[in-house]
Amino acid sequence: MNEDPVDALVATAPDGIDFDGLRVEESAGGYTFETPAATADGLDEAALRDTAAEDPHVGNWYFWHAVAPQTDARWAFLRWLEGGGDQPVPERYEALADGLTTEWGQLRVTVSLDGPAGRSYDLRHVDDAGTPADELDAHEAPLDARELAKHDDDGAYRPLKTAPSLRTGWQFPDLGAADVVEAVHAFYPATVQNWHREREGELDIDHWHETVERQTGIYGVVRTWDRGEGYEHVNWVAEACCDDSQCLKRREWDYDEETELDVDGGDGAFPCREPCSLVIAGARQWTKLEGEQSQTYEFELTPSEKEQVEEIIDAVADGRADDIREADVYDGANRYRTRFLRAKLFDDDGNLAGVETDE
Amino acid sequence: MDQALVIAAHGSHLNAESSTPTFSHADTIRATGAFSEVRESFWKEEPHFREALRTVDAGEVYLVPLFISEGYFTEQVIPREFRLEEWDPELWDSDGTSANSATLTAADTDQTVHYCGPVGTHDSMSDVIVQRAKSVTDDPDVGDGFGLAVVGHGTERNENSAKAIEYHADRIAEMDRFDEVEALFMDEDPEVDDVTDFFESEDVVVVPLFIADGYHTQEDIPEDMGLCEDYRDGWAVPETVDGHRIWYAGAVGTEPLMADVVLERAADAGADVSAAIEQVRGESGAGSAAGD
Repeated sequence: MNEDPVDALVATAPDGIDFDGLRVEESAGGYTFETPAATADGLDEAALRDTAAEDPHVGNWYFWHAVAPQTDARWAFLRWLEGGGDQPVPERYEALADGLTTEWGQLRVTVSLDGPAGRSYDLRHVDDAGTPADELDAHEAPLDARELAKHDDDGAYRPLKTAPSLRTGWQFPDLGAADVVEAVHAFYPATVQNWHREREGELDIDHWHETVERQTGIYGVVRTWDRGEGYEHVNWVAEACCDDSQCLKRREWDYDEETELDVDGGDGAFPCREPCSLVIAGARQWTKLEGEQSQTYEFELTPSEKEQVEEIIDAVADGRADDIREADVYDGANRYRTRFLRAKLFDDDGNLAGVETDE
Repeated sequence: MDQALVIAAHGSHLNAESSTPTFSHADTIRATGAFSEVRESFWKEEPHFREALRTVDAGEVYLVPLFISEGYFTEQVIPREFRLEEWDPELWDSDGTSANSATLTAADTDQTVHYCGPVGTHDSMSDVIVQRAKSVTDDPDVGDGFGLAVVGHGTERNENSAKAIEYHADRIAEMDRFDEVEALFMDEDPEVDDVTDFFESEDVVVVPLFIADGYHTQEDIPEDMGLCEDYRDGWAVPETVDGHRIWYAGAVGTEPLMADVVLERAADAGADVSAAIEQVRGESGAGSAAGD
């Protein structure tokens, strides 16, 4: 791996090389060195070395065969970061000299050349694209990402790694090829592997029905919510949990193999292949709550009060409650407005309009 | 063929610190270089059990559950979620504390998986409990004049839950190191609430056999033992309760020597990690492995 690329090229020539426009062969008449721009035949070793030393195809070949991790998913991801390898090498190297940037969820990866056969990866939050480096905490060890991923900018714990709440203010300025994949794994575990499986047409999707059927222990109750009477309840789950505003994975699971959900799966770069543990934990609670029979309650609300209840539910569901300005009494979910509603409508036991909850 | 280690832990949707010991022990083992890859995986966090193996490049995997007892998680949940379809609890041939390992194939990745018993029922866990007592008292010779309480969750749903606690309490009692050793529980008799009733010794080290600090070890147990009225007020170490000095250790799983138990599990399943074991035991102050 620390070999000189030209030495490696000469050593590999007898087996033949054909990669990214570079073709090298050895025959009785000498070496052939071919790129889209030029072909040289009948070279002796010294001439091959001279030609190879000046050509970016050689460093590129060496990087992809001796520096980049060789396992399929990691390799394909690194290729994708620089445009999938579609661009001819000279143009690609020009672009890499300036840095090629791609987004992966809330991650922003910029790959640059590090010598003719190397790459350097800068990893940071997409919102820190324009933040000067000296205002970001610099990290070297890719596994530092595990700690960075734990809490959001407000210090709240993030149980879902792919929630769109990744904290800002950090930077990995100079990761190697293997390490950038490790860091991405620590931020968004298994997303590279599942993305790769999907590209290869091999993503193993476990739909709602199969996932629920598998549950046991305290989660076994979720099976009873799945009575074969339609899938509207699963639409509600997906709308509540799997929307792009809540999770950056693109939901690829549906009710079952034959039954698609009516809710959009999102636009994420990487797929979601089965209901996650948070969805199952939520579904367990909803299974219990949805087992209740509805009752008729009578309340009297003014039209504005009814709308205010709707605004409060919207504000909490959209995570907007903390953003409403203290004196913005024009917003129904404003704290003073809500406290007024409670003062007016709740009795001493917290019953809405004094109406007791019938169990 | 490359050999990887995958640690399977519970994790939490609510508590950010639940994964901390898992990361920490994985880092210790990673630093030994004994495995080509070391991966953490979780039931409640990501990477999830379901997707951990596909992130591992090695063809051969040692899978070690960072759980205390043998039972529901080790016998049902982990084999199912890792897609070890040939799994049968009989393969461990365990009496509840004697699981070893079984070699299986993961259905989704075709990797060879050496599925090991949980750390909690390995014999070397007794050493970690003693090490925890040394750490919390800051006394490498702790024992004389001290009682030791090993505390478990206990649950009537799983008799193995108590077995693991009693197993280590018995083993440590046989070491004749502490004046008294008792197994106590949160949810069944003898209860940790009455800890001072069970000891003559003025000094008692209390070691909860839990993997991570969280609600039980940082709120429930300290309040139940009377170390504090409200866990938010904290407690001293030692704290005086009914004339006893209680040295409360917090979750045993946070002890650095736990990394050794993970390695011992892999070693018992055939991994060549003896140098790593010596290194970890040296770094964590436990000295050479004794008795085995």
